[in-house]
Amino acid sequence: MNGGALRAFIVKEIRHILRDRQTLTILLLMPLVQVVLFGFALRSDVRNIRVAVVDPAPDYATVALRNRFTTSSRFNVVAVARTREVIEPLFRRGEADIALIFAPGFGNDIASTEPARLLLAVDASDPNTGTVIQSYARAVIASYAAELPAARGGVQIATRTRMRFNPTLESVNLFVPGLIALVLTLVSALMTAVSLSREKERGTLEVLLVSPLRPVQIIVGKVLPYLGLAFANVLTALLAAWLVFHVPFRGSLLLLLAESVVYALVSLALGVLIAARTSSQRAAMLAAMLGTMLPSTLLSGMIFPIASMPAWLSPVTNIVPARWFIVIARGIMLKGVGLPYLWRESLVLVVMALVLMGAAVRSFTPRLA
Amino acid sequence: MTAPFERSELAIDARNLTRRFGPFTAVDHITFDVRAGEVFGFLGANGAGKTTAIKMLIGLLAPTDGEAHVAGFDVRTQRAQIRRSIGYMSQRFSLYADLTVRENIQLYGGIYGLTDDQIRDRTSVLLESLGLMPSAGELVGRLPLGWKQKLAFSVAMLHEPKVVFLDEPTGGVDPITRRQFWELIYAAAARGTTVFVTTHYMDEAEYCDRNSIMVDGRIAALGTPAELKSRYGATTVDDVFVQLARSATATA
Repeated sequence: MNGGALRAFIVKEIRHILRDRQTLTILLLMPLVQVVLFGFALRSDVRNIRVAVVDPAPDYATVALRNRFTTSSRFNVVAVARTREVIEPLFRRGEADIALIFAPGFGNDIASTEPARLLLAVDASDPNTGTVIQSYARAVIASYAAELPAARGGVQIATRTRMRFNPTLESVNLFVPGLIALVLTLVSALMTAVSLSREKERGTLEVLLVSPLRPVQIIVGKVLPYLGLAFANVLTALLAAWLVFHVPFRGSLLLLLAESVVYALVSLALGVLIAARTSSQRAAMLAAMLGTMLPSTLLSGMIFPIASMPAWLSPVTNIVPARWFIVIARGIMLKGVGLPYLWRESLVLVVMALVLMGAAVRSFTPRLA
Repeated sequence: MTAPFERSELAIDARNLTRRFGPFTAVDHITFDVRAGEVFGFLGANGAGKTTAIKMLIGLLAPTDGEAHVAGFDVRTQRAQIRRSIGYMSQRFSLYADLTVRENIQLYGGIYGLTDDQIRDRTSVLLESLGLMPSAGELVGRLPLGWKQKLAFSVAMLHEPKVVFLDEPTGGVDPITRRQFWELIYAAAARGTTVFVTTHYMDEAEYCDRNSIMVDGRIAALGTPAELKSRYGATTVDDVFVQLARSATATA
């Protein structure tokens, strides 16, 4: 019809966005803050590692190795016990980070040609920290073993990783793709829902619907500026992840951006649908929070792996768009795979985008029937 | 250009226009004409069906029954043409408070397909005539209510529509501003625009060429202010309105 009308409408939307400086600042800084916060929250200090020692039969060798830990600046021996039962409560109360469990007859084995056995149990509630702790402990043991005469069997270390508090082994690397999904959901679904329901609440939408602007133009005009904002957010999140945490980016940036656009369109359409069905900004915001943000966080595999959900719940995740996007983003960023491996997930997103956009436009066509 | 419009010389004609919501009939077979260039007052109490009737005429709601033409176009089948031919000022303030006066004008000018040159020219004419030139760069939200309403009307008139629909345009405005507002309405009518206005203020009905009074979804009376007053033996349109409203509650 008339391209000038759409242009005028988009200019208006951009002015709204630019004029609300506070919201804009928050939206632009959010990805940065989230990546940094999540990233650091997932790390913790790896000094003062608290060691619990289980030594069923102390001998010269176990005492010598224990002393290595005691004298190390990184480790702090907090408990020495005869039996393993002591370890569990210590871990549970968060009073130990690692347990050093000697097999009986450790000293005899050291003296013989048999390998001396040792178990390391690490609290990996934070997987990064867990890994770091484990490698420090191995270094201490290795330096001890290196001083043993070469003909002997040496020390054989078995490790058991405890994943009590973070069963997903989520690391900052795995987190960033989820974070991108979250930021996109927030900007796209939430902001569109709020901005459209504001027009509804203030009565300006009615005037727009009476104007020659077609509903599809109103939707496009609403969606495009936020799409630009979402784009900027993806780049910020990626840049922050790379600069601060050296999160790898192995695949095609172009593909990830294209997938982000599709995912943003899905979220934007959801935002429009939410605005169509709510009558106030407040209701729209709450609905967007509950209807898009929450599933994107909890049911997307971002934090809790879908595989470990109850049987009735995991099929439900199929309708959560973020679930598909996160698989795609992780694939591209961490595995470096492309469309040949991700076409199914991409297809799901494209179909969702088309269906939801169609429904969104229909929801804003005046009810004439 | 718009042949049906010139043939009939009617800006609006409604024939048995009806809208039902389930069992409730909001607008019940209303029939009326509005002549081109007329200032037509569309009166009625809250809930009488005014807003539903307007929504059908401007294409926001499909009629359940009956038919209507606006600017010569069928409200059922030619909504796109109607939208380009009408201006609309809703009950609620319809400009954007976080945009400046000039930006609001640019927006609506653009939406109604005016060229950049046209928008520039009409913006200065509009600002000049409203005395808003010094406030062109100000946010609309900071203007006093009276100015906002006058600006909203002028913006609705920016594309020189054939018919302009004003839904209670003077709500909450002081008497002086109301008077100035009506001067704007007359000026628009003098330029040939048909004005369809709903109002609560019965003194404003006296300013209209003709009025219809809606009671319970029907048009209870229709005529010039003088005709209405003599027919009901009343001294003001307000008295006519009160009589009609009473008889309606008596029969209900």
